[in-house]
Amino acid sequence: MNLSNSPRANARPALWQSVCSQHDLVRNSGVVVWLDGAQVALFYLPQAEGKTLYAIDNHDPQSGANVIGRGLVGSLKGELVVASPLYKQHFRLEDGCCLEYPQQRLRVWPVRLHDGLVQVGVANEH
Amino acid sequence: MNSNVAALNTLQTLVVIGNGMVGHHCVEQLIERGALGRYQLHVFSEEPVRAYDRVHLSEYFTGRDAESLALSDAALYQTPGVTLHLGVAVLEIDRARRQVLTAQGSVAYDTLVLATGSYPFVPDIDGAEGDSRLVYRTLEDLDAIRRAASHARRGVVVGGGLLGLEAANALKSLGLEAHVVEFAPRLMPVQLDELGGLALKSQIERLGVGVHLSRATQSISAGEQYRYRMNFANEQSLETDLIVFSAGIRAQDALARQCELQIGPRGGVVIDDQCLSSDPHIYAIGECASWNGSLFGLVAPGYQMARSVAAQLCDQDAEPFIGADMSTKLKLLGVDVGSIGDAHAHTPGARSYQFIDEASASYRRLVVDATGKQVLGAVLVGDNSYYDTLLQYAQNGIALPAEPASLILPSSSGAPTLGPGALPESAMVCSCHNVSKGAICSAIDGGCSDLAQLKTQTKACTGCGGCAGLLKQVFEHELIARGVSVDKSLCEHFAFTRQELYALVRVEGLHSFEELLARHGRGHTGCDVCKPAVGSILASCWNQPIMDASLVPLQDTNDTFMANMQKNGTYSVVPRIAGGEISAEKLIVIGQVAKKYQLYTKITGGQRIDLFGAQLHQLPQIWGELIEAGFETGHAYGKSTRTVKSCVGSTWCRYGVQDSVAMALLIEDRYKGLRAPHKLKFAVSGCTRECAEAQSKDVGVIATEKGWNLYLCGNGGMRPRHAELFATDLDDATLIRYIDRFLMFYIRTADKLQRTSVWRESLEGGLDYLKQVVIDDSLGLGEELEAQMQRVVNRYECEWANALKDPDKLKRFRTFVNDERADPSIHFVEERGQRRPIMATELNLIPVTEELA
Repeated sequence: MNLSNSPRANARPALWQSVCSQHDLVRNSGVVVWLDGAQVALFYLPQAEGKTLYAIDNHDPQSGANVIGRGLVGSLKGELVVASPLYKQHFRLEDGCCLEYPQQRLRVWPVRLHDGLVQVGVANEH
Repeated sequence: MNSNVAALNTLQTLVVIGNGMVGHHCVEQLIERGALGRYQLHVFSEEPVRAYDRVHLSEYFTGRDAESLALSDAALYQTPGVTLHLGVAVLEIDRARRQVLTAQGSVAYDTLVLATGSYPFVPDIDGAEGDSRLVYRTLEDLDAIRRAASHARRGVVVGGGLLGLEAANALKSLGLEAHVVEFAPRLMPVQLDELGGLALKSQIERLGVGVHLSRATQSISAGEQYRYRMNFANEQSLETDLIVFSAGIRAQDALARQCELQIGPRGGVVIDDQCLSSDPHIYAIGECASWNGSLFGLVAPGYQMARSVAAQLCDQDAEPFIGADMSTKLKLLGVDVGSIGDAHAHTPGARSYQFIDEASASYRRLVVDATGKQVLGAVLVGDNSYYDTLLQYAQNGIALPAEPASLILPSSSGAPTLGPGALPESAMVCSCHNVSKGAICSAIDGGCSDLAQLKTQTKACTGCGGCAGLLKQVFEHELIARGVSVDKSLCEHFAFTRQELYALVRVEGLHSFEELLARHGRGHTGCDVCKPAVGSILASCWNQPIMDASLVPLQDTNDTFMANMQKNGTYSVVPRIAGGEISAEKLIVIGQVAKKYQLYTKITGGQRIDLFGAQLHQLPQIWGELIEAGFETGHAYGKSTRTVKSCVGSTWCRYGVQDSVAMALLIEDRYKGLRAPHKLKFAVSGCTRECAEAQSKDVGVIATEKGWNLYLCGNGGMRPRHAELFATDLDDATLIRYIDRFLMFYIRTADKLQRTSVWRESLEGGLDYLKQVVIDDSLGLGEELEAQMQRVVNRYECEWANALKDPDKLKRFRTFVNDERADPSIHFVEERGQRRPIMATELNLIPVTEELA
């Protein structure tokens, strides 16, 4: 039942679930979707060289508040990150790792754009 | 099975008993060195507050509170893997089972660190109890002293050592007539020689503190004039309302005795050079440890031990503890006192040079070795400016100059000062954190090019702070020696300062972050440092609505949603109330909005009303209602003009000489919406009584009979600074012209996030230069600055009104873009008739490491 940070989860999701329209995204910034009880922050970076869309947990472990989707995105040493808006620690969009506190780690989901829809990869039981 | 879970299972448990300065330093060092990868850390503190700065304890009576004395952010102890048990005393150590027992149960340990510190020694004296038996050690002790002092006129400290004089200072700052009673024939007998003690006594008596030497207190009885009478051995006595004992400290080794660790001859847990006790699983550090029969009552040796233990526990190279330099530099009751090395000239063959100035009660003694080539020690009373140089001579064995006495003679005689270049690599710059000149050099060689970064990286100057001057000198000297031009790059994406970027944006007429990044930066994205900085520059130059699509991603979260995010992710809303003037109708609207959305309301320091607890999706509804009633945004979320505070002025006040409210409205209306490197606060007072506190503001205006006096670059907050008088008796038009020029000049030349006060302090040429630029127009910029300001003023539009007109901009104000619900994990409780966020403890949640499903 692992759909968290392991690379395998990213590679082959069991199911693509549509969560919102591409028009709901905000360029170079984040929005949040409700996904069966989870809060998923979607960051859309249309000019980025590699992936342009990321899905990461909206829950900030340091403050306990659901605010990651409202953080500022940027790149640090070539890696795309989001800065938590409360205490400003940085999380890698790729795998949810926190640069300052390795113990803090956010869940990430596979995500894609498909027919103008944003789809998040979820595991079988959903 | 997840690898993270596996790692959790293999963690050992490390227990630290004691959260004083040394225990805290050990925790900090452990975390920094990566100990959380191998240990679960439990810290037990008998006191109910986390570690605080005992060195500056007396400041508790002069305005500092427990939080500002705290040694770290609360966040440190919220790091996953660290549990701080506050107010939980360890009752027993079971060495056989390797467990510590508390009133709340037991915790098993793999390794234990004792950092239990010391307790004040109180001699057994008949009649000493309650207010005649106070001590000076913890914040609770200080609260007890404060209570006792509230109905007292005179206070006595027993003990004329370092802590005793600190305590006397504390009594003095509580407004008591303070006396010091010392058993020995001089003050500070450990650190000072006889003449030094005499000089200190004379200086302290001049400050109105009574000094009574060679007095042994026999008993305490009821007094006649005061509450108590202290009866001394020679049939003399002294009456007082309270007595603080500060006659020395004893190692807090009760737990160690209970579990039968080896105890030193003068108390304390016996430790070896590795700080290991007689049990190989238990370390002891700080004042509770006894090394080679000695106890160490200063913070620097305790920190040395803490570092050594942290390094060992992380399998890193650890410096053994082999004793410590007990040199100290202090300001006691405002008097400089310094003691270095062998201050008493106990070394065989040692010779002394002494300088006595009875007029100013200054005393200096230099102790040199028999050959006259090396400094062994020194005593300083009255002037510590000699200390740094003497300490470097003593610690580094630097050869003495031909005339050693010149080192302690008044500086007019041209004493050679030791420049940072003359210090050897091994010279200790920061003794609290063991940072040598060599360590600073290698940090610089490793690319460190600013002082703040150097401090974070090496920890230099983050202990007692006494080395600040020396550190800066060494740092600058070494940079220059390397021919390094200081790197002031904004971040990894722009090799420019904020000032340079500002000029590029203006000269090239750039209107977007993308253009600037493409032309002058690196990469495609930017980061959370350069984006808000550039967003602010664009706003200062062109003042476009910040919700425009290209600007949104630049703003810090508060600017993005035009509200102030609070700790639980909700927002507070502050409508503009210019000059603090508001009609009854508008007050009612604020009340109705607050009631409808159940917002917590509080009056701000800037004469406005803050409404707390709004969720993201509620912001447009709330602002719709506020704007309907004639309000506009207060920019409380921006690095921008905040408020113009005012008093009622000549309209109502019998003392007022000008209409301060009208001027406040004029100023607030002109500069509202102006974005700057940092927030801007203004105030206008109607007379010199200064009820609007204008001298604590970036721009302060005070009415005179003839017009207005202008004060600039003041600041309240963390580091208060009085604004300086800039120009006098100005008419309205000149006042506004000067403020226009001043603000635009600041916006043009300040660093990112630099308040006007800091900017002014770093401005070469100081206030005079600023006057030349603004008043005399020495740079010929006056008209340009005014025109720029006028453009910003003309472009003003309420950002909230602008956003509400545009459905596209409102798209972002949704908690979930695919669901109407509010964030279900935001909870409130009621307190004093209003809602406030629920605290984690009230949810019965224990913060745990995020477990992966």
